[in-house]
Amino acid sequence: MGSRASSLLREEDIEEIKRETGFSHSQITRLYSRFHSLDKGENGALSREDFQRIPELAINPLGDRIINAFFPEGEDQVNFRGFMRTLAHFRPVEDNEKNKNLTSGEPLNSRANKLLFAFRLYDLDRDDKISRDELLQVLRMMVGVNISDEQLGSIADRTIQEADTNGDMCISFSEFTKVLEKVDVEQKMSIRFLH
Amino acid sequence: MEGVWEITFLLVQVWLSIVVGLIMLPAMFGVSLGFTDIYIKVLVKTLEWATLRIQRGQKEQTTLPSQLANGIIEKDDGSMEEEIGELRRSHPKNLAGGDFTLCDAFYFCKKGIENIVEDQVTQRFTSEELASWNLLTRTNNNFRYISVRLTVIWGLGVFIRYCILLPLRITLAFIGLSWLVIGTTLVGLLPSSNAKNWLSDLVHITCYRICARGLSATIHYHNKENRPKKGGICVANHTSPIDIVILANDGCYAMVGQVHGGLMGVIQRSMVRSCPHVWFERSEMKDRHAVAKRLKDYIADKTKLPILIFPEGTCINNTSVMMFKKGSFEIGGTIYPVAIKYDPQFGDAFWNSAKYNMVSYLLRMMTSWAIVCNVWYLPPMTRQDGEDAVQFANRVKSAIAHQGGLVDLSWDGGLKREKVKESFKEEQQKMYSSMIVGSDFHEASVGPA
Repeated sequence: MGSRASSLLREEDIEEIKRETGFSHSQITRLYSRFHSLDKGENGALSREDFQRIPELAINPLGDRIINAFFPEGEDQVNFRGFMRTLAHFRPVEDNEKNKNLTSGEPLNSRANKLLFAFRLYDLDRDDKISRDELLQVLRMMVGVNISDEQLGSIADRTIQEADTNGDMCISFSEFTKVLEKVDVEQKMSIRFLH
Repeated sequence: MEGVWEITFLLVQVWLSIVVGLIMLPAMFGVSLGFTDIYIKVLVKTLEWATLRIQRGQKEQTTLPSQLANGIIEKDDGSMEEEIGELRRSHPKNLAGGDFTLCDAFYFCKKGIENIVEDQVTQRFTSEELASWNLLTRTNNNFRYISVRLTVIWGLGVFIRYCILLPLRITLAFIGLSWLVIGTTLVGLLPSSNAKNWLSDLVHITCYRICARGLSATIHYHNKENRPKKGGICVANHTSPIDIVILANDGCYAMVGQVHGGLMGVIQRSMVRSCPHVWFERSEMKDRHAVAKRLKDYIADKTKLPILIFPEGTCINNTSVMMFKKGSFEIGGTIYPVAIKYDPQFGDAFWNSAKYNMVSYLLRMMTSWAIVCNVWYLPPMTRQDGEDAVQFANRVKSAIAHQGGLVDLSWDGGLKREKVKESFKEEQQKMYSSMIVGSDFHEASVGPA
């Protein structure tokens, strides 16, 4: 329950996370309670199984990709800092106006960083390009068994054709950004945190 | 030395006569001496005062986070079609190869992150967070030291609960349960007759009343005219084993459950001597048809007491009602739905079986302030034509949730321990596929415009 959890989080840590992510003090303590309740092993870090235990996430077609986004390359555990850093991408952009004392450099929840998060959902091998194969794999995750290979293949081809401007049959991050320039990324990739 | 023994003996005598005279006898006759009412009134006043002090304290120290009982995030409730449709509106559509756009992933991504921060299911398996502290250490979430007076009251509370109430309650529970075992065994010796049934009911109700006082339970029954009748099935939402005590204080039911060993087993075996309860062996529980048959045979006899079933199958934290297993709704008979809602200010009734075993749970119950709850009897329901068991179960569940002010969920309470079924994910995939391919089929059948 909450009481022990919030006492394990020190004030200095809260301040650092505040500076790095832009979350408010109360948001950080509430999210720490949530982190703690997901951490069944009580070892201060979450594993992939801890995320899988959330039923609504387990039935999400892209659930595995989203869970993967929390874990840095090659690691199986994510601590609270990492957890918050990933969640910070989903802070609404307007909140930055209120919080002037962020660290310099691009905030984690800028439009570009939100797009990068989405880009990495598709980019399975983290080589900064979405190949036809990767796109097919992600599409397969989203549609299950309901669409044939040929149809899926033509959908993938058409998508790459539309986006690819330099002819390498892959979608780079800048091509990705260009294709989605009219989409309201700030709103669609933001979550309204209370307080 | 004799002096000490004499004094102890005297004290025990006094203690027992107080307990018997002031608690047991009134319980047998269903009379209340009003002690519990006064106690509750004093408690309410104290907790109100404590809440005000805490709020005042929090305003003074602005660094203190304020408690939010209503969630961490605000969610959009749009359906998949609505949300993805909105996403695509800004993107020029080219339907030649199917209706997929790269931004579709945004929808799943956002939903996924929302569920990581706050989901509807996992929160039901832990105790509800309180909006304001009720002076129990166990519910102390973010409440820090506010004032000396508050700490003194808290300390007083600890003393009262552990040193005065706890021994009293344990005595009562002990008396109540031994009375049940002895009483039912004695009644069981009688030949079957109306007198036996009447006596059996009396023994059961007395025991449950004593146990209820053992928890300082204050129960408000509503709509007593809808009370379950003989030959019917009483169905209620499940929060803890105490639900049985709560319901049985106002009526006699036949219990349904698994045979246990140890103390529970002794109680079960003696209960069944005086009136028929339905106890299943562990092996029988696996066979759904055998279970259904036994229950059907039981309710065919209209002179028997209504059976009490908790279709959720597991304890939920009293903020929501989860999926009702259809088994109880397939056997026919009239269903009498009952909604039970506990007031969390006085004590958390939820049994988190992953965290506490039965004994620790009972100790926690006996060291809470009190158990205050509302019980609503709902009008009887029967399965309508053209309605299958699942739909009927959902209809009853909604009625109970609506009455009790609980969230109506379709998620299975079994998710406490098990993984969610793959078929739900497949449903999501199917829904999404029809969004991509739908227009493609349309193109194919209609042809070029």
